[in-house]
Amino acid sequence: MSDDLLTVTGLTRYFPVTRGVIFRRTVAQVRAVDGVDFSLPAGHTLGIVGESGCGKTTTGRMVARLDEPTSGNIVFDGTDITHLRAGQMRPLRREIGMIFQDPYSSLNPRHTVGTIIGAPLRVQHVQTEQGVKRAVQELLELVGLNPEHYNRYPHEFSGGQRQRIGVARTLALRPKLIVADEPVSALDVSIQAQVINLLDDLQEELGLSYVIIAHDLAVVRHIADQVAVMYLGKIVEVASRDDIYASPRHPYTVALLSAVPVPEPAAARTGSAAGEAAGPGTLSPRIRRERIRLTGDVPSPLNPPPGCRFHTRCWKAQDICQTIEPPLDELAPGHRAACHFPEPPR
Amino acid sequence: MAMLEVRDLHVQFRTDDGLVKAVDGLSFDLERGRTLGIVGESGSGKSVTSLAIMGLHRSSDKGSGTEVTGQIRLDDEDLVSSSAERVRQLRGSKMAMIFQDPLSALHPYYSVGAQISEAYRVHNKVSKQVARKRAIDLLGRVGIPQPTVRVDDYPHQFSGGMRQRAMIAMALSCDPELLIADEPTTALDVTVQAQILDLIVDLQAEFGSAVIIITHDLGVVAEVADDVLVMYAGRVAEHGSGGDVFLQPGHPYTWGLLGSMPRLDVARLERLRPIRGTPPSLIHVPSGCPFHPRCNYPPQVGGDRCSTEIPVLMETGPGHRVACHLMLAKQQEIWAKLAPGAAAAEAAAAEETAATEETAAAEAAAEETAASAQPGEDVTEVEAT
Repeated sequence: MSDDLLTVTGLTRYFPVTRGVIFRRTVAQVRAVDGVDFSLPAGHTLGIVGESGCGKTTTGRMVARLDEPTSGNIVFDGTDITHLRAGQMRPLRREIGMIFQDPYSSLNPRHTVGTIIGAPLRVQHVQTEQGVKRAVQELLELVGLNPEHYNRYPHEFSGGQRQRIGVARTLALRPKLIVADEPVSALDVSIQAQVINLLDDLQEELGLSYVIIAHDLAVVRHIADQVAVMYLGKIVEVASRDDIYASPRHPYTVALLSAVPVPEPAAARTGSAAGEAAGPGTLSPRIRRERIRLTGDVPSPLNPPPGCRFHTRCWKAQDICQTIEPPLDELAPGHRAACHFPEPPR
Repeated sequence: MAMLEVRDLHVQFRTDDGLVKAVDGLSFDLERGRTLGIVGESGSGKSVTSLAIMGLHRSSDKGSGTEVTGQIRLDDEDLVSSSAERVRQLRGSKMAMIFQDPLSALHPYYSVGAQISEAYRVHNKVSKQVARKRAIDLLGRVGIPQPTVRVDDYPHQFSGGMRQRAMIAMALSCDPELLIADEPTTALDVTVQAQILDLIVDLQAEFGSAVIIITHDLGVVAEVADDVLVMYAGRVAEHGSGGDVFLQPGHPYTWGLLGSMPRLDVARLERLRPIRGTPPSLIHVPSGCPFHPRCNYPPQVGGDRCSTEIPVLMETGPGHRVACHLMLAKQQEIWAKLAPGAAAAEAAAAEETAATEETAAAEAAAEETAASAQPGEDVTEVEAT
């Protein structure tokens, strides 16, 4: 038994595709998550990145036990929570919190902020020293909102403020682990930064552990200690933040990183006059990368390609990639990638 | 004379809560073959601007409470004052638009081919067969595999990236001279986004049209735009070439946008530097400079100029305009500290400033100057010991 707060092994989730009304039969399975392993030490942040449909959200939902895995194990703080029933899970709900993507649909428009944030306290029958109201106001203050807004409704707040309300609700029960599914993707850039800094501060203050699910690689680089890249239901590469961004080994990670547009004008990239004359604004140290353009779309998880799932879009694919699935090998200490022909370390 | 000239454009909506000034005195030029990127947060008026250019917001719309004033001149023809019929002729043929969400912009009941050929048939008197051939040709051009087969598919049979390609094919059907793309890649994954941006750049080179790209993603703008227009509360905050705006930005709002963005191309900062507060309501736009309640620098301007006097767009370099009361030298001095290279050292100080209220900002600024003076003091101390 290690000292990891969360250990996930061989996690899968298949969604059945059914036909027929009376004689309902399963005709196919969507392999949303297909064998995922990771572990998270207490006080750390794991970032899960990937394109839409790669299974990152389903993984997050299973970790928070909002969905039950088809197979595999989730061990949280020494307890196997994989198949716990709702009643058995309830005491553990205090320990695992979730922050949702959309700050508009995740707050009940008919409830006041006080009711929303106080709900977990009431559901869990938590004894608060000076009443629920006082506790809620402290939470509001903690996330940088005005405690006097206790009686307001969600529509009176902006997107960023609503996301703070969602964070406050999650924090009400003092969880050890927070699963945040795209916590900032619905927000404007300037507000995004406020929420990212808030999550940072709270982690430091309360010793939280995070599983952050995001499609934005720059955001994940900013908040995660450990990064897992998913593709079609599998982790293709996992490493510490610095390793994965400085020296990606899986071709998919390389392509993903090179596809992120960088706020540096094209003129400066090609080294023309505008870039040379930059003076104080020169961007350094710069991570220069060759641009790699993937063609086509992610294949359907209904019928994932045999062998390496990425071979249909990979520029390094050979015959072996179409038949044999590469294992997630440790290429360097703490750096694992699933590829037959990994990139050399940089 | 530029191909597209926008002069003092105002777009206002009358609502039950008051008058919404969505666009408040916007002027810019766009030449053929150039790409203009318009950036800003939600509610800064960027989408309204594009819809107004396309003639989709017009004063004559009955019961909409919309008022459009100023001039939008396309090849010296003013679109604001011309008839709805004339704008209709131009829309889709001379100017076309790519919308943000291809799933809701495409009609689910009609095949992709039918939707592409529709505009072509409206603007050119051709038979169905000719229009269909044109649609197949365009689908092939935007990189849809097997266009002869896929032309009869419905939008739900296309993936997100392919739908956006179909939208682009639709916009290009009449060889428009002005193409407006409103958040063309926001709904897409990064790898597909890269494909679509490449496609837009390639097609522009091929057709030589003028392109306006509207986005909140500074990375996307840097990738494709020649010129950048930063909008805030319906006004231009800064306008210049990509090099000007990204490497020597002069407006505190641009600094804020650049500072709050986590980026992959520079060393990771311990903390991001967000802009405090939230974008203003367009019904109650702050007096003076609309950005002043969120800005850290009014004390450096002095007095209450920022809260009383609306800054005009001043030329700070060739083709580089900034609407800020800060003196040019001061702008350069502050940016030198904020630029990504200097950012790490300066992050802590800037954050302090961001956290304090407006009144305290002056003190923080004083601290900053004290901090920058310190190295000298250190030296004297060493000498003394």
